[in-house]
Amino acid sequence: MADLTQAERDWRPSAPLAALQLRATLLARIRTCFARNNVMEVDTPALSAAATTDPAIHSLVTTWHGPGSDSARRCYLHTSPEFPMKRLLAAGSGDIYQLCKVFRDDERGALHSPEFSLLEWYRTGFDHLDLMDEVEQLLTEILADIAPVSEVHHWTYRDLFMEFAGIDPFAVSAADIAAELQRYRIGLPVGMDDAPLDAWLDLVMTHVIEPHLGQGLVFVRDFPSSQAALARLRSGNPPVAARFEAWLDGIEIANGYHELADAGEQRQRFMNDNTQRRLTGLEPLPVDERLLAALQSGLPDCAGVALGIDRLLMVAGGARCLDEVLAFPVERA
Amino acid sequence: MASYSTNEFRGGLKIMLDGDPCAIIENEFVKPGKGQAFNRVKIRNLKTDRVIERTFKSGESVEAADVMDVDLQYLYTDGEFWHFMDPRTFEQQAADATAVGDKEQDMCEVTLWNGAPLAVTPPNFVLLSVTETDPGVRGDTSGGGGKPATLETGAVVRVPLFIDVGEVLKIDTRTGEYVGRARE
Repeated sequence: MADLTQAERDWRPSAPLAALQLRATLLARIRTCFARNNVMEVDTPALSAAATTDPAIHSLVTTWHGPGSDSARRCYLHTSPEFPMKRLLAAGSGDIYQLCKVFRDDERGALHSPEFSLLEWYRTGFDHLDLMDEVEQLLTEILADIAPVSEVHHWTYRDLFMEFAGIDPFAVSAADIAAELQRYRIGLPVGMDDAPLDAWLDLVMTHVIEPHLGQGLVFVRDFPSSQAALARLRSGNPPVAARFEAWLDGIEIANGYHELADAGEQRQRFMNDNTQRRLTGLEPLPVDERLLAALQSGLPDCAGVALGIDRLLMVAGGARCLDEVLAFPVERA
Repeated sequence: MASYSTNEFRGGLKIMLDGDPCAIIENEFVKPGKGQAFNRVKIRNLKTDRVIERTFKSGESVEAADVMDVDLQYLYTDGEFWHFMDPRTFEQQAADATAVGDKEQDMCEVTLWNGAPLAVTPPNFVLLSVTETDPGVRGDTSGGGGKPATLETGAVVRVPLFIDVGEVLKIDTRTGEYVGRARE
């Protein structure tokens, strides 16, 4: 016992009691809102035989032994409950939501924790625009007497980049952005030599644009098709993804889609992800065949969104980092 | 050659950047939910003492700087060099004016880069008592946001919520930050 360090003996929560109470209050209010709107709460597995193939998201891996079995089956901890929730939708669940812990490897910082609480919900008959309105209504209602949503702004991805970075993300190249760095007062980043355009756009988004987003709720929609993730594409010139993101007081808080329902295109995106993973030295991951089968049988037209509960609590409680709202952050878990 | 990956970055780590030894002051992990992860790092160039900001694509590796901090005793100056001695090995080191700056003290932490003095730092920690702060709050520990506290020297530092007036704190003189409570 004497060999334990101070940190190892630190059994107390890192969040003050008020933050834990605020969490309980907001979770209760969220459940009340969804019950009133006839959206059913569901619970899907955290362990999955398949994983997200998204090259920017890393799954934690564990193994499962059947009783008395010597052979282990590889399981991935979910990074979002999206795939099983879509299987429920395809099975006729109607509108559903879930509050759960999700897990992401390789992430830690003031705004990142390897496990965090996510609110994810799906609305049939909605597109991403309808769902943005519902996100606004939900946040306005549950934060009304705690940290009222002061203002709401809407941007397209292109207009946002034009306004705050002076570049057209649909016409710019990686080399163009690299040449602009001095104007943004950013030193040449280390390790970006071979990085794709999307990584450079992420650099501009996080380093140049996010500091301008300021107070209130900011929605950004119409992402480049290369950043569609699981959103359907809208035809146009250029085609854009029916995807939105939301920032609350400058912190990225939610990501939503008018959901891609085409099984063939979904399979192609999984394959492209795995090709990208191979190219960057990451392991290709098992594709969720059950999701693809569900899409094949028919996903109702729907929009879905995932919202980070811990970050919401941070903003609502005026905290500066996740550790101030987590009972026990990973270093103390 | 030793190297560090961005996931090992933390305050105090010594790395080589653009050919100069540097110390990491602050490391911020930045990542859009669906995008590229970055480490946004505040770095002090140990040769020029300048602080710069630099961004690394997460997962990149960077060469470690062969920098060592040793506690040496100041002996004398010959006008050009300041001479220090390791009290255990009696080995002597000569530091020039750039390295010493205006920080003459009896015992100093001398930063050696490739075996030669690069910087001289006075003692890192002082013990100071709290003269004024809001009442302590139980159940909170040092992980969170904290509150301001005035110390006997008049300096104001950020401390955890549980700290009360009269407590003696250990303060890092390099950053002016709270380190911990001093044992009685």
